[in-house]
Amino acid sequence: MSNAALTARSLTSEHRRRRRIVNWLMEGLATLSALAAVALLVIVVGSVAKRGAGALDLDFFTKNPSFLGFGQGGSGIANAIVGTFIIVGLAILMALPVGILAAIYLNEFAPRRIASAVTVAFDVLNGVPAIVIGIFVFVFIVAGHGQAGVKGAFALAILMLPLVTRSTQEVLALVPNAMREASLALGAPRWRTTLNVVLPMAVGGIITGATLATARVAGETAPLLFTSSLAGNTVSWNPTEPLASIPMFIFTSAEQADPALQEKAWGAALVLITFVLVASIIARAFGLRSRRRLTGGR
Amino acid sequence: MQYVSTPMTESAEPHIEIDPSKVGAERPSSREVARETVFQIQSLSAYYGKAAAIQDVSFDIYGKTVTAIIGPSGCGKSTFIRCLNRMNDVIPSFRSDGKILFHDVDLQGKDVDPVSVRRRIGMVFQRPNPFPKSVFDNVAYGLRILGMKDNLGDRVEHALKRAALWEEVSDRLKDSALALSGGQQQRLCIARAIAIEPDVILLDEPASALDPIATASIEDLMHELKEDYTIVIVTHNMQQAARVANMTAFFSISGGEDGSRHGVLVEYDDTEKIFTNPSEKRTEDYVTGRFG
Amino acid sequence: MATASRSIPDPAALRRRGRFNPGDGILYGLTLAAALSALVLLILIARELIKDAWPAMKEFGVGFLTSRTWDPNTEVFGAATFLFGTALTSFSALLLAAPISIAIALFLTELAPRWLRGPVGALVEMLASVPSVILGLWGILVMGPWIVDHVGPFLHRTLGWTPFFKTEPAAAPSFLSAILILTIMMVPIISSICRELFLNVPRELKEGALALGATRWELVRGVIFPYARAGIAAAMILGLGRAVGEAIAVTQVIGNNEAITWNLFEPGDTLASRIASSYVGATTHLMISSLVYLALILLAFSLVVNLLARVIVHRVTQQQGHA
Repeated sequence: MSNAALTARSLTSEHRRRRRIVNWLMEGLATLSALAAVALLVIVVGSVAKRGAGALDLDFFTKNPSFLGFGQGGSGIANAIVGTFIIVGLAILMALPVGILAAIYLNEFAPRRIASAVTVAFDVLNGVPAIVIGIFVFVFIVAGHGQAGVKGAFALAILMLPLVTRSTQEVLALVPNAMREASLALGAPRWRTTLNVVLPMAVGGIITGATLATARVAGETAPLLFTSSLAGNTVSWNPTEPLASIPMFIFTSAEQADPALQEKAWGAALVLITFVLVASIIARAFGLRSRRRLTGGR
Repeated sequence: MQYVSTPMTESAEPHIEIDPSKVGAERPSSREVARETVFQIQSLSAYYGKAAAIQDVSFDIYGKTVTAIIGPSGCGKSTFIRCLNRMNDVIPSFRSDGKILFHDVDLQGKDVDPVSVRRRIGMVFQRPNPFPKSVFDNVAYGLRILGMKDNLGDRVEHALKRAALWEEVSDRLKDSALALSGGQQQRLCIARAIAIEPDVILLDEPASALDPIATASIEDLMHELKEDYTIVIVTHNMQQAARVANMTAFFSISGGEDGSRHGVLVEYDDTEKIFTNPSEKRTEDYVTGRFG
Repeated sequence: MATASRSIPDPAALRRRGRFNPGDGILYGLTLAAALSALVLLILIARELIKDAWPAMKEFGVGFLTSRTWDPNTEVFGAATFLFGTALTSFSALLLAAPISIAIALFLTELAPRWLRGPVGALVEMLASVPSVILGLWGILVMGPWIVDHVGPFLHRTLGWTPFFKTEPAAAPSFLSAILILTIMMVPIISSICRELFLNVPRELKEGALALGATRWELVRGVIFPYARAGIAAAMILGLGRAVGEAIAVTQVIGNNEAITWNLFEPGDTLASRIASSYVGATTHLMISSLVYLALILLAFSLVVNLLARVIVHRVTQQQGHA
């Protein structure tokens, strides 16, 4: 359709009205979709809050579950809270150093070609489903040796690694080159420059990335199914045994028909989603501020 | 102020105002001071990938003098000065031919450690780049890394005094360096470079990002610093070169047969001669403002 | 404070100590090892999965993919029902999620007033951060019954003539529940990628269309979609990959039944959800091996998805001349 024809056609009010209606319709659909998504979030979080709030009392956080009988479903999730704390903590300890070092290589040392290839490997690893990683860790170190909290942590660490690497790399890239040059010009070797100048400037962003990765991974169930699911009903601090965890608790309690247990599941879900959302929001706000300081603050 | 007049120019149109009586007045002619050769640059060529930035540059730089590198933009001044402390190493596509003898050691030799080179040959950059640390920690950074930690406070104070910054920051050493003004930040960078006691200080257009008052303070500093250091300064401001430098090297752009353009050294001499009686026509065209 | 002597430097001081400053070498080595960890892990994962799936692969061969039987008692295993279930749920979810996601992305980049874009965008992203086990919990205890009571009968009444809603909805676990949950999970992913794409459409192109008097929708249809076409395809592929790999939420709502049927109200199973539901029951060697075989299929699929999306993006950025 030539420009002249387009213009000419659009000048007729009849056609113009139809185009306007179509446009209005499409805009409405788009707005509706966005509203639906937000509404859905509100519904889901609202359900969790509504159904889970009732379960939250002091016993919930301090006592262990007791699966006594039908209708008397457990009193607390203390073992799951402790277990999640240990498992996620170990995962951070495993993934964070490796991720930061890898990001340093990618941003400070690697020639462009190699950096692309290595980044591809991390992206591919990121796309491997969590259940597959769980199965991998299972056949790698669990089958024949038994489950353990630390093995579950290893599975979570594999999930965290690409996230931490990518976010750290992004922050390192934001550190101005003028800083590196200033340090090199003073006769500092590369490693000093990286450790004493670049990393301290990137610390804020690194923490943000690590927090976001932690929030993401704390809610994962699939990696724990085959690595740390057969835990006892008492609090254990020993990572060489299978440990309870909040996601596993929700998962197993959800399929029980016992409504009292289901209420505990909702409670646990509320605790989990609160942690995830709050950690994400704080991390993003903090990250925004530290990024602004890196790029804008002079 | 008098206008420059040389035998070759007919027009009295003023393009730069240099008072011949002032040129060389504040400093003895370089010829009269015993000169130690610090750098011997021999047929230096530098390339980014295939493109040559500078071609076949040769001249000597003398100790305890201020040597200015002037020329139009794109003539490779920055590339040249960055060769002197191996800063171009950080650019992946960079390579160079020729020799840079620093007290008879070829800086580009295979067995020379760039890190050690930069410890002796310091650099101040065009845009002030203090670390986001305190004023004190900025100056102390080099000292700590090189293990010169004895009397740290005294060394920092001395460096800041040499950089004419001490009085302005003595009561806020712990404050962030980023809170200083542009001129102060640049003097801080100079103090930082001086603190580790280099032999040479390279300055790549140190005042181009500063206002005139800050610029003046930097220029005053040059006069004092050259008592103890060899100074090489790149500047696009000819008056600045005339004011501070003992020797001046004029670079310009030359074309190759294949249409490529690269920088070459056109003339190198006492500043006074370059600005009042240059030997090359190109130099004369530049300093009188006819081109560039 | 005496200034240091301005002596002529000892040439030896300028020379290298060894090839690198030793600190540099250590840092380089450590970081290189860390950078290679992803590659090492990928190779390790592939190797271990193949190794442990081998008994099942040897026993059942490629027929594994077409056999409908999954019987732990007779130790005969086949993946056909799960392949069907995965395909059905994932593609249906994509069908639903794609238009919704694109619409949301358009809303966020073109329609919404500027002050609204940030908050709404953040809320949509928050949907992505809801852990899948919580979505599954909500799915089976809230959404499922709601579908059985309200949506299901409506669909059966209106669309009962199609093979999809042939019967009355019976119980909450069903293909339909799984499809809806997967849709919810895919939407934030696809829409955030599309948002990036739409923001990157060059302003000159958009202004050119607007200057001709195009309406917003015509701008979208005529300029934005063609420009971002390949990127949208890549986004959908990545969303599909996510759906195929989702195990927890699906297994909670799908019913874990071996069925090949178009009736969405029936319970079924996918590759991922079958693996997840077997975490207690897997005892024999051959059964575990078969589960690993399923995981291997998932791994292969995720690799294909990732590389395909990457190839598309690569070809597009070359065409559009981005750096």
